[in-house]
Amino acid sequence: MNSEYNFAYLDEQTKRMIRRALLKGVAIPGYQVPFASREMPMPYGWGTGGVQVTAACLTPDDTLKVIDQGADDTTNAVSIRKFFEKTAGVAVSDETAKATVIQTRHRIPERDLSENQIIVYQVPIPEPLRFLEPRETETRKMHALEEYGLMHVKLYEDIARHGHIATSYAYPVMIEGRYVMDPSPIPKFDNPKMEMAALQLFGAGREQRIYAVPPYTKVVSLDFEDYPFEKGGATQGCGLCDAQDSYLDEMIMDDSGARMSVCSDSDYCRERRDAGYVGEMGVPQKTVTEDAA
Amino acid sequence: MQTQSLTGGFNDAPTASATAFRVVLDVMARPGKISEITGATPPAPLSIAAGTLLLTLCDPETPLWMASSFCSTDIKDWLRFHTGAPIVESRSEAMFALGSWAELSPITEFAIGTPEYPDRSATLIVEMDALTDSGTILRGPGIKDTAELSLPEVAAFQGNAGLFPLGLDFFFTSGNRIAALPRTTKLGG
Repeated sequence: MNSEYNFAYLDEQTKRMIRRALLKGVAIPGYQVPFASREMPMPYGWGTGGVQVTAACLTPDDTLKVIDQGADDTTNAVSIRKFFEKTAGVAVSDETAKATVIQTRHRIPERDLSENQIIVYQVPIPEPLRFLEPRETETRKMHALEEYGLMHVKLYEDIARHGHIATSYAYPVMIEGRYVMDPSPIPKFDNPKMEMAALQLFGAGREQRIYAVPPYTKVVSLDFEDYPFEKGGATQGCGLCDAQDSYLDEMIMDDSGARMSVCSDSDYCRERRDAGYVGEMGVPQKTVTEDAA
Repeated sequence: MQTQSLTGGFNDAPTASATAFRVVLDVMARPGKISEITGATPPAPLSIAAGTLLLTLCDPETPLWMASSFCSTDIKDWLRFHTGAPIVESRSEAMFALGSWAELSPITEFAIGTPEYPDRSATLIVEMDALTDSGTILRGPGIKDTAELSLPEVAAFQGNAGLFPLGLDFFFTSGNRIAALPRTTKLGG
């Protein structure tokens, strides 16, 4: 840990301001609390909102996991993890089960989260109605009046045009029957996981909003009686670990367009391979270690 | 100003307030859960829990209203030195309020937010003689099935929950113990 920084980078007054916003966010699930977002030593779009929320929540005893699209080893995840190793001196881990705070970009881990975990989402556009109504004064009024007809019209137009609801990520949810919320650009596959035992916090740095979903809160993906919400998902198993219940990424393997589908949650995939599961294109773990030796 | 108002703050403010805030966040996210919170040693009769909570959340941006039993010079000086929070006379200006339940009631004058900004509402810190996990049954976000908490009364909190998404949020403190009740929690039965 670099002692030239205050614990977790931000100054105390900023952390108090974020902490007060977080508490109001928890008390009003799904409502976007404005906060005085700071400039962070990384560009907007790299998770500055999530980083500020994480910084306000971390304690020296925490174990932090950072994922980007489910993976621990992508640029965004690595740089944020290093940032907190340096400025907060916290322990870090790739293992979902060991982490107490998980900062995520665009995925919820496959493994169920527990009561003593907090998941922090990086959010680019927190306002679910923004692409339908560009004026903040109007969307704020729509939330105040619980006027969400426009969102249903949007989903209806999906059906009229494509025959099904074509929204596949950032799929709008209603929190505890009151606020329509953007779950951040997670795949709709992850929406059902949002009724969880862990506390969920959302930070949008550029847009200066914080919101939250407490544990065991009702999260309903918007739909119609005759077109119910479907979480979708892959029809085949993971090429490495053969998981059938996991969200898969498609990898292009060579110039001729050969493809492979693998778990987007890299820790879940590793855990399964360690436990001996082998997918169609995978190699048993044992052989790999023998080769390495 | 007595020198005792200079002592009793956080030993190491960044880590002590971080540790305290996690307890605060946890109890607000799980209404009815009672946790221990320490870090500050405020002048009597302010409890350790309430003192730590105030040091964690208050600063010059948060007007604080205090009931007369906590409005001693010792406590005011201590809070001024450690938080810089302006102490206000009027309930409607307060972002945080501190007192026993009898002194805080009626709670109707505190800010409950506006339909556009329900977050612009007061947080009340209720000092209690004791805090136990028996009494009123609680349901709602943050609670798996039901929880129980020894609330000082029911009707006022039911009325507050009825204002959702507007309303007040509460912390209950006793000694070094803390619990919370956000506006979302439904009471009774």
